[in-house]
Amino acid sequence: MNTQDQHGRGRTGPRPRRARLLAATGAAALVLASGLATPAASAAPQARAAQGAQAQEAAKAQKDDKSGGKVLTVAVAQSVDSLSPFLAVKLVSTSINRLMYEYLTNYDPKDAHAIPGLATKWEASPDKLTWTYTIRNTKWSDGQPVTAEDAAWTFNKMMTDEGAATANGSFVGNFEKVTAPSPTQLVIKLKKPQATMTALDVPIVPKHVWEKVTDFSKFNNDKSFPIVGDGPFVLTDYKADSYVRLKANKDFWRGAPKFDELVFRYYKDQDAAVAALRKGEVSFVAGSPSLTPAQAASLKSDKNIHVNEGPGRRFYALATNPGAQAKNGTKFGDGDPSLLDERVRHALFMAVDRKAIVDKVFQGHAVEGQGYIPPRFSTYFWKPSSGQELAYDPAKAGQLLDEAGYKKNSDGKRVGKDGKPLNYRVLCHATDPNDKAVGKYLQEWWAKLGIGITLDCLDNVTDPWLAGKYDLAFDGWSVNPDPDFVLSIHTCDARPQTPKDTGATDNFICDKAYDDLYAKQLAEYDPAKRADLVKQMESRLYDLGYMNVMAYPNAVEAYRTDQIKSITTMPSSAGNIYGQDGYWSWWSAVPADSGDSSDGSSSTGVVIGIVAGVVVLVGLAVLFTVRRRATAEDRE
Amino acid sequence: MTAEATPSLVEDAAATGPAKSGPAGAGRAPRARTTTAYLRYVAGKLVGAAVSLLAVLVTSFFLFRLIPGDPVKFMTGGRPVSAEQIAAYRREFGLDLPMWQQFTEYCGKALTGDLGTSYQFHVPVMDKITEALPNTLVLTGTSFLLYTALGIFLGTRSAWRHGGLGDRLNTGLALTLYSIPSFWLGLLLIIVLSVGAGPVPGLFPTGGMESGGKEGFAYIVDVVHHLVLPVVTLVAVEYGQTLLVTRSALLDEMGSDYLTTARAKGLRDDLVRRRHAVPNALLPTVTLIFVNLGRTVAGVILVETVFSWPGLGGLFYQALSVPDLPLVQGLFFVFASAVILMNTLADLLYPLLDPRVGR
Repeated sequence: MNTQDQHGRGRTGPRPRRARLLAATGAAALVLASGLATPAASAAPQARAAQGAQAQEAAKAQKDDKSGGKVLTVAVAQSVDSLSPFLAVKLVSTSINRLMYEYLTNYDPKDAHAIPGLATKWEASPDKLTWTYTIRNTKWSDGQPVTAEDAAWTFNKMMTDEGAATANGSFVGNFEKVTAPSPTQLVIKLKKPQATMTALDVPIVPKHVWEKVTDFSKFNNDKSFPIVGDGPFVLTDYKADSYVRLKANKDFWRGAPKFDELVFRYYKDQDAAVAALRKGEVSFVAGSPSLTPAQAASLKSDKNIHVNEGPGRRFYALATNPGAQAKNGTKFGDGDPSLLDERVRHALFMAVDRKAIVDKVFQGHAVEGQGYIPPRFSTYFWKPSSGQELAYDPAKAGQLLDEAGYKKNSDGKRVGKDGKPLNYRVLCHATDPNDKAVGKYLQEWWAKLGIGITLDCLDNVTDPWLAGKYDLAFDGWSVNPDPDFVLSIHTCDARPQTPKDTGATDNFICDKAYDDLYAKQLAEYDPAKRADLVKQMESRLYDLGYMNVMAYPNAVEAYRTDQIKSITTMPSSAGNIYGQDGYWSWWSAVPADSGDSSDGSSSTGVVIGIVAGVVVLVGLAVLFTVRRRATAEDRE
Repeated sequence: MTAEATPSLVEDAAATGPAKSGPAGAGRAPRARTTTAYLRYVAGKLVGAAVSLLAVLVTSFFLFRLIPGDPVKFMTGGRPVSAEQIAAYRREFGLDLPMWQQFTEYCGKALTGDLGTSYQFHVPVMDKITEALPNTLVLTGTSFLLYTALGIFLGTRSAWRHGGLGDRLNTGLALTLYSIPSFWLGLLLIIVLSVGAGPVPGLFPTGGMESGGKEGFAYIVDVVHHLVLPVVTLVAVEYGQTLLVTRSALLDEMGSDYLTTARAKGLRDDLVRRRHAVPNALLPTVTLIFVNLGRTVAGVILVETVFSWPGLGGLFYQALSVPDLPLVQGLFFVFASAVILMNTLADLLYPLLDPRVGR
């Protein structure tokens, strides 16, 4: 009690008046805030005049006045990993690189066949080992001419410098020698024939800028702006996780883009991005990877917003463990031996109702799965003939299992060769709600067959997957216009050297007939003949029953029609906008008459913010005066 | 680390708080002895902090190697990559070395202030952190000041008239907001105040920290404008904690005799509260303030995500998903250091606030 008395008395006098101090701090913060805000408002007189008008219009007027251009703003969620084409691997970065630098070839927006880019034409020698490209007469954004030497230097750097090979090294793996005998001629000598020479997705960089770089593994190309390039846009500013700004390259050889500026703004939360689109802060939202059915449905009711739904580039499949084996012959993992029987795999295939998956899980925003390559790549799309198709037919699936010797026991469960009931472990991605939903259906459908499943939903499926410790797994890949890569991951050669190594294989599949076809298509330079071989590979893969392609999820995106009048999708008849193979969407986008996306700093907002700040301040001031008077009276 | 460091702090606070058993007249001890005791106390705390920091440095290396997943596999997945490229990645990241060698290299570098190079961003971890740290501090620092002030202000008023309508409303509202998920509140604010709903116009940007392309004064205004909604969200969700701690601490003091004495002297009720009761009740709140201050550095992942704020919280999430080991370790080290630093500061401050501590 003494202590407390002491405290009380001791601190009464000199003690700072805490509550008041805190209140004063708060008030000071407010003064600061509104103090900062006021000059800006007066700095934009026309914005103040438009106080009564719509916030967006005011902001637009302000911006048009400043930059005099139409701005296309795109909401993105993925962080840029690097702006250096030698390091960038994330979709957002490679898409931006595609806008900054022209590649040798591009893909036609109609059907994705190779068309001229930086190369105006190309030719292979009769022995198939030498490719000669004619380089276009065009200029870098700093006025220097683009020459074959730039291309040769880019490829040679990737072949000789490990750091420069980080992102795209695989493209030059089969290159023997790259030279530029003249400023318009690029010659690439190969070790073995390679049909993918018109699909070299490698940004060609200006030698005169990049030869000054010392360490390619650490140079991120994001310090000095504008960045010299020859694509449809020139990158002018970048701030990590805030924005990427590009301005139109008026001298672009294919024609200048219609918008004057392209801005990628960060919205890490998809609902926030959708809100920004509704407000008009952004012109386009892609979603990562797609808008949800609920978001799409709610946006459709907005008359100024167009929801674009197109066939995606991904397939969504169920992969079966074929008994993991390394290239040196060592078997590993613990895949269920019953799955080695083709009849069992076919039975599982036939007990999956792919239509139900599209309708119920994807809520219609997907296309029913057929062949390995999605239908948007019409050149390579293949579907099973009616005799070959493993259509949904639970009764026939049961018959197949009976034939294979997996009969039901007295409990109605199929019994394996070891006498135990069949129960498959299905690896699923905990982060993907579709996996879980489809898993529930599989549980139901296969239970009717007499087969149990255990869903292993993990944050990280890589470890059990690489160790071959699964029976089935949810699988999916994005497919490129050139299908070489997605085909290569099912070859015997893609498997790991030993069980300890990591191979490029997707699912440990190894089939001689498939491999023979793969080698043939890689050496086939005639597009039609190659497409035929690829289709044969898809047919073989289907018959093997290791990859059950259940659906091709659609890309669901949305844009404001009062900001974007028209935009090219890929494929152009019906396709997607974000993450195309090429720069078609942003290059072709035509601004709507009414204007562009506002930048979000609506001046009405600032004005109202200030008013609110002032009101609070006045309130505080009154409070203080009243209290001071009270205290003063107290003293008297 | 928070968990490791907090208990000692709470104990200290409990000992220093409204304890009624302090020796009477302790303040009369010889001055020299007090100083020595204080210095010994300070030395003890500093050594403790140093040991904690070292422990953090070591744990952060091993802790994150327990995360399943191979960074190289993550970074090369889904695209054509040759075996040579994979080997090159391993060499570049130093993952081909034996664990003990990786550890000694990490420790050696860390002691010179080099936290390594981020796997996914190809830049020194320190650069990445110093780039995002100011952004986080602007957001969390502003909110911290506001919710602390608001919490103390409302807490003291609540306690002073406890049981009344004001108290019940205050406490009820604070508890309700405290239990609301921050991302949900944030989204709600975006929909109502940013996009605009019904008669409410869209006043604030939907996300981000700046519109870009602005400089000087216009830039500051722009950032303040972007700051409003995330700060409101954080203040709403956080002030309840300070309010409740302040309220309960003050309630413990309420029946004390020295308050009766103060009133008997004829002091106005307001002055009794401000100058007598609150200072004595503030120690637990000070503890909380420093705990919160330590947390400000770590950022706020959910709010940063909803409002697309380019801060450390989001960076940590990105680093974990690879896992980008150098970046994760670096961030963990920085977060933990901030908490340790603030707790040590609080420890050093207690004896000044209450002479009984540190004897």
